[in-house]
Amino acid sequence: MIPLSWYLIVSALLFSIGLFGLLARRNAVAMLMAVELMLNAVNINLVAFWRYQTPEAPAGLAWAVFVLTIAAAEAAVGLALIISVYRRRDSVIAEELDTLKF
Amino acid sequence: MFAAPTLNLWVITPLIILTVWAIILMFIDLFIPAGKKQWTGWLTLVGLIPALALTLMQWGQTGGAFIAEGGQPMVVVDNFATFLNTLYLLTGILAVFISVSYIRDAGLERGEYYFLMLFSIVGMMLMGMANDLILIFLALELLSIPLYILSGFDTGSDTSEESALKYFLLGAFSSAFFLFGIALTYGATGTTSLPVILDTISLDDPLALAALGMLLVGFAFKVGAVPFHMWTPDVYEGAPTSVVAFMSIGAKVAGFAALMRVLGQGFPMWGELWQPAIVVISALTMIVGNFAAVRQQNIKRMLAYSGIANAGYILIGVAASATDPEAISASLYYMLAYLFTNIGAFAVVIAVEKLDGQKGLLVEDYKGLAKRHLLLSLALAYFMFSLVGIPLTGGFTAKFYVFGAGVTAGLYWLVVIGAITSVVSAFYYLRPVLYAFMYEGPAVARVSRGLMFVLVVAVFATLVFGIFPGPWYELASQATFGNVATFVAGG
Repeated sequence: MIPLSWYLIVSALLFSIGLFGLLARRNAVAMLMAVELMLNAVNINLVAFWRYQTPEAPAGLAWAVFVLTIAAAEAAVGLALIISVYRRRDSVIAEELDTLKF
Repeated sequence: MFAAPTLNLWVITPLIILTVWAIILMFIDLFIPAGKKQWTGWLTLVGLIPALALTLMQWGQTGGAFIAEGGQPMVVVDNFATFLNTLYLLTGILAVFISVSYIRDAGLERGEYYFLMLFSIVGMMLMGMANDLILIFLALELLSIPLYILSGFDTGSDTSEESALKYFLLGAFSSAFFLFGIALTYGATGTTSLPVILDTISLDDPLALAALGMLLVGFAFKVGAVPFHMWTPDVYEGAPTSVVAFMSIGAKVAGFAALMRVLGQGFPMWGELWQPAIVVISALTMIVGNFAAVRQQNIKRMLAYSGIANAGYILIGVAASATDPEAISASLYYMLAYLFTNIGAFAVVIAVEKLDGQKGLLVEDYKGLAKRHLLLSLALAYFMFSLVGIPLTGGFTAKFYVFGAGVTAGLYWLVVIGAITSVVSAFYYLRPVLYAFMYEGPAVARVSRGLMFVLVVAVFATLVFGIFPGPWYELASQATFGNVATFVAGG
C-alpha cells in the first residue's frame, strides 16, 4: 500500500503550487484557479488522513464534501465579481486594478 | 451504523430565527416595489430584535447542540458566545439604521443588501459558538461570502467592485490557509473537535505545530493583523461606507471570537508556544497600524488603519490570556466599547460623505463643519477622543483594561508599545476634529433620522462605558468559556 506520506507530499506540493500561483499570476481568473488548487490540496489531505488514521469514522470524508461545496460557492461569487470587473474595464489583470492605493 | 445525534435546538434558536427570517425576507422583498425597499430594511429588525432577546435570555446558560453518541457537541452556547452574539446583533441593528438612508441616497437600494447582512450575522454568531474546527470554517465562509458581495454592492463605482475582488481573493487565500491548518490538525489528532484536540494533541508533533501556525495565519488575515493586513485599507476605502461600518466591527470581532476559542479551548496547554507569536503580531499591528494611519488623507482609509491598530490592542488581551485565562475579558470589554465608538465614527463619516462620486471622504472635507453642524462635530470629536483613549470615554476604559491585563501577565514592553502608539494615534484622530473646528470651509452634512438614532446611541454608550465601566467589565469577566462537561449534559 502507498504510504500516507506520499499523499501528504502531493498535497503539500499542490498547496505550494497554488500559493505560488496566487502570488505570481496577474490574471484574476488564474488567481481564482490557484485558490481552488489550494482548497483541493486540503481535500487530498483530509481524505488521506481519513483513510489511514480513522477509517471507521467518516468525518474526514464528510468534511471533504463540505469543502467542495464551499469552494463551489466561493467560485460562483468570485467569477461573478471577475465578470463584473471585466465588463467595466475590459481587463482582469491584477495590476490594472489600481484605483485603490495609498 | 450512525446513531442520531442529540440536537438540543434551543442552543441555536437565535441562529434559526435569523436564517429563517432571512429566507422569508427574500420572498417578501419580491413584493416590495422598487423605491420602497427601506421596508425590507426595517423588516430586518423583525428578525434581529427577537434574536437579540433570545440571546439575552441565554445569558448564564451553557449547553451544546448536535452531540454525537459519546462525542462532543458541534455548537455550544456559553457566556462567551452569548456576550459576543449580543455584540453582533447590536452591530446589525445599528447597521440597519445607518444603511436605510445611506443606500437609498447612494442609489444602491436593493433588498439583497439586508438579507445578505442577516446571513453574515449568522456566520459571525456561529464563529463564536462553534466547538469544532470544521464548523468554524463553515461559519467563516458564511460570514465572508455575503461580505464579499456587500463590498461590491455599489456596482456603479469602480472602487467598490475592485475592493470586492481584492477582498475575495485575499479572503479565499486566507481560508485556504485556515483549512490546511484544520486538515493538519485532523491528521495530528484524528479529530477537529476542540475539546478532543485538547485531550489528544502532543507537543512534540511537528504536524500539530504546523497546524497551529496555519490556523494563526488564517485568523490574522480575518482580524486584519500585521503582516496580513494589506487588504483592509483597500476594502474599507472602496466598499460602501455602511457596509464598512458593519464589517469593520462584525467581521473583526468574529475573527477574534474564533481565535480566542481555538487558542483557549483547543490549545491552552501550548500557551508558552503561541504567546510569543501573538505578542509579536500584536506589537507589529499596533506600530504599523498607527504609523500608517498618520499619512492617510482619506478618512475611510484612516479608519481602516485605525481598525488594524485596534486589532493590535485587542491582541494584548489575547496574548495575556496564555498565562491568565481571565485576561480575555479585557479584550471582550474592548470590543464592546469599540463597537459603539467605531460605529459612531462611521455614522459621522456617512453624514459628511456626498454620494455623488465619492466626495467628502478626505480629511480636508471636514473643514468648517462645526460652523454649520456643531452637534455633529462635537460627536465626531467625542468619538475621536474615544479612539485615542482620552479619559471619560469608552476607549479610555477599554485601553485601561487591556493594558492592565498585559501588565498582570508580565508583558510590560508590549504595554509600553501600546501606550506610545496611542499617543501617535492622537495625531491622525484629532486632524478631522481640528479641521472641523479651527478652519473655515464649505463642509456640509446630512443627518437622517436613522443616522441621528445611531449617533445618539453611540455617544450615550461611549459615555456610559467611559464613566461607569465597572458593571460592563463585570459582565465581560463573566463571559468565560463553558465547562466541557456541562455542554454534553446539556446544561
